[in-house]
Amino acid sequence: MRNKVLSAPYLFWMVLFTVVPLILVAYYALTGADGGFTLKNVSDVRQFSGVIFRSVWLAVIATLICLVMAYPLAYSMSRLRPQMQRVALLMVMLPMWINFLLRTYAWMTLLENTGLINQLLGLLGIGPLQLINTQGAVVLGMVYNYVPFMILPLYSVMTKIDQGLIHAAQDLGSNTLGVFVNVVLPLSMPGITTGITMVFVPAVSTFAISRMLGGGQNLMIGDLIELQFLGTSYNPNLGSAISMVLMVLVLLLMSAMNQYADEEKEGMII
Amino acid sequence: MKHLSRIYTGFCMFFLYLPIFVLIVFSFNESKSRAVFTGFSFKWYQALFQNDVILTALGNTLLIALISTLISTLIGVAAAIGINAMNRWLRGVVLNTTYMPIVNPEIVTGVSLSLLFVFMRQVLGLPIELGFMSLILAHVTFSTPYVILNVLPKLRQMDKNLYHAAMDLGCSPMQAVLRVVLPEIMPGIITGAFMAFTYSIDDFIISYFVSGPAVQTLPIVIYSMTRKKVSPEINALSTIIFLVVVGVLFISNIAQDRWAIETRKRLN
Repeated sequence: MRNKVLSAPYLFWMVLFTVVPLILVAYYALTGADGGFTLKNVSDVRQFSGVIFRSVWLAVIATLICLVMAYPLAYSMSRLRPQMQRVALLMVMLPMWINFLLRTYAWMTLLENTGLINQLLGLLGIGPLQLINTQGAVVLGMVYNYVPFMILPLYSVMTKIDQGLIHAAQDLGSNTLGVFVNVVLPLSMPGITTGITMVFVPAVSTFAISRMLGGGQNLMIGDLIELQFLGTSYNPNLGSAISMVLMVLVLLLMSAMNQYADEEKEGMII
Repeated sequence: MKHLSRIYTGFCMFFLYLPIFVLIVFSFNESKSRAVFTGFSFKWYQALFQNDVILTALGNTLLIALISTLISTLIGVAAAIGINAMNRWLRGVVLNTTYMPIVNPEIVTGVSLSLLFVFMRQVLGLPIELGFMSLILAHVTFSTPYVILNVLPKLRQMDKNLYHAAMDLGCSPMQAVLRVVLPEIMPGIITGAFMAFTYSIDDFIISYFVSGPAVQTLPIVIYSMTRKKVSPEINALSTIIFLVVVGVLFISNIAQDRWAIETRKRLN
């Protein structure tokens, strides 16, 4: 069919604005300021291993908290009456429509030293505690911003779990734990892997949340990259090398998740 | 068990809405304080509407969203029709590349595009300045995949014979696409365009890397405002955005209900 020709403008666009820029990242990562080939940038990334480790660590904690928090919620939502399910779904999605900077700003005002939370604690005779500019605040910001990405894929696989299967397992003598481990958990696996990817990727690469809630001390990979491109230490070669490391981290996670669930696209909400 | 799950759902909703609720309450605060409510006032709303930086940025954001949605919808729909006609292998390659901007961390997409624009200007000598042009190019790049991924399933669901029947009845291939295929995949096009528009308005990270010093979009202005210690206009802005979103969701839900009822009637 000649219709294939219709995709020509997009193919041109895709090569120019998706493929070429990624090749450029690799090119800049492997060349020095003079344009010659060098591995210096890549080996320089090692000196930031502390920052990289912290990013992965904070993102892992945030992802786990999201999973633990979202799992029971998604399950309860999927067992509501259809009318109520729609309301609950809308309520989960509504905050996603507000820019994440505004949502993070809201937490800035709540957590600051003279903020509402510290005032309430003061009434109880506690504090004031140092809440903002801590790693805990960064994790909280990630959880708050990305937990809908965990809830939605989990919910979408759980609505497909037949209540009959659960009853059957119970009739056959399974207790609550048994039903969970043998029926609900395996059937919701695609949602879990999709949710983990959708939370971990933005969490590990964030720079705005760590800047706003972590102060200057809790730098993450995203902050490093941003500093190389827009900050005072302009060095696109080093920035590209760090970006490559970030991409490798994300690819590693995704291939690990693919091992767990072949049908990982099932829970995808695109 | 049922009570427990109700209480838990309520707790989660409380967590999701508490910060937003606090922002809304303090947008009506008379003083600059973000912790003590001293009295009711609309003055931050007045300040917001007199703030030229915010208003200009809002204009930029909407203009960029409109233009990039238009371009990405046109390119994306044509691409989806073309991809649908490709053989398995080629389709796999193209689709996997299409997923790239969605799967990649946004910061990598932003950085790679900023490198491209710098490279085009410095090495190739093309007159692409960071600003409107680069923002629109970047927004089309990250939103076109959403158009394609929304249109493709509709094309697969469509009866292939419809297209051939149209040509048997004397349509040229182009006419068949315009008169038969397009109306059939319209729901996918509308969803895709809507997603492109909202992603464009909402985008901060990619825009931040390709905007340059001259042109600011609303999220970029919001970010620079949060860097300052106190800027209560943000509360007013958040409240307005929240109300707009609630309004849009409410209307779209009612429209969906109506549409569902209409189709059911027609089917009967």
